[in-house]
Amino acid sequence: MDIPYTVAARPDTGLNNGKIGIWLFLASEVMLFGALFASYVMLRVGATEWPAGATYLNVPLATLNTVVLISSSVTMVLAWASLARGDFSRFRLFMGITILCGFAFLVVKYIEYSAKFHHGYLPSTNTFLAVYFTLTGLHGLHVVGGMGVNAWLWGPGSAMWKTDPAHFTNRVENAGLFWHLVDLVWIFLFPVLYLL
Amino acid sequence: MDERASADHAPAHDHADIDRHVRAAVFVFLSLLVLTGFTVAAWTLHLPTRLAIALALAIAAVKGSLVAGWFMHLVSERRLVYWLLALTAVLFVPLLLFPVLTSSSALHR
Repeated sequence: MDIPYTVAARPDTGLNNGKIGIWLFLASEVMLFGALFASYVMLRVGATEWPAGATYLNVPLATLNTVVLISSSVTMVLAWASLARGDFSRFRLFMGITILCGFAFLVVKYIEYSAKFHHGYLPSTNTFLAVYFTLTGLHGLHVVGGMGVNAWLWGPGSAMWKTDPAHFTNRVENAGLFWHLVDLVWIFLFPVLYLL
Repeated sequence: MDERASADHAPAHDHADIDRHVRAAVFVFLSLLVLTGFTVAAWTLHLPTRLAIALALAIAAVKGSLVAGWFMHLVSERRLVYWLLALTAVLFVPLLLFPVLTSSSALHR
């Protein structure tokens, strides 16, 4: 049985079902990261001393990752806009760049994590590092998940463009909403963990 | 493979609207880069902790608003999404503040 209202808006909600679904999911994600941010605040307020992030973390690499993720967000918008204009080739180009940016983010994160482990900085070392690895690890898993969806839409999932382009365009838009949330979370993680 | 959707299957989008959307997205992208520069520049000033936290979170809030507003289309979204997010905010803000407000160490500072 097909899911109804994948393209046309439902009369009662004014939205297609995919859009409602992704926003409900994003709301749950806000609560997930919100709970972890609240934990961070409580731990920091309750601590007798708290290290400056730069004591342990590499600010230039994190700044680079911020630029990479922001860039991937704009290429995601351009990928969706290309489909909305009916230009599949440019969609492939921009979605490909988005996926590569996600991969670059993970490579930089791998370099950062490797350096920490090399110096013996582990989640068990102190509360700050426990918070750092928890928040950035969960965020990194979201990057991996988003890249998986984007790669599927770039590859096998794009077959839908031939049969139902409007539905495919909506799928890309919804994947984009998730990807932008991943960017949004990083925008807060960067100063909170690295700079404060 | 036909790389362009046929006219009867093409997604229904006004090209002028899409052009405006793309221009806004590029402007937001450049603004985010500049604001990231501000964030790092503020960090190099080694401001007092409370001021540094306030400034960094204020810049992050502006950046987050730009992403949510334009990349995620919240400036022109349907009312139901606003209600959904308002409900999330109602639940999120106490979640963020409750542990701090009830922390004995916070109460005695």
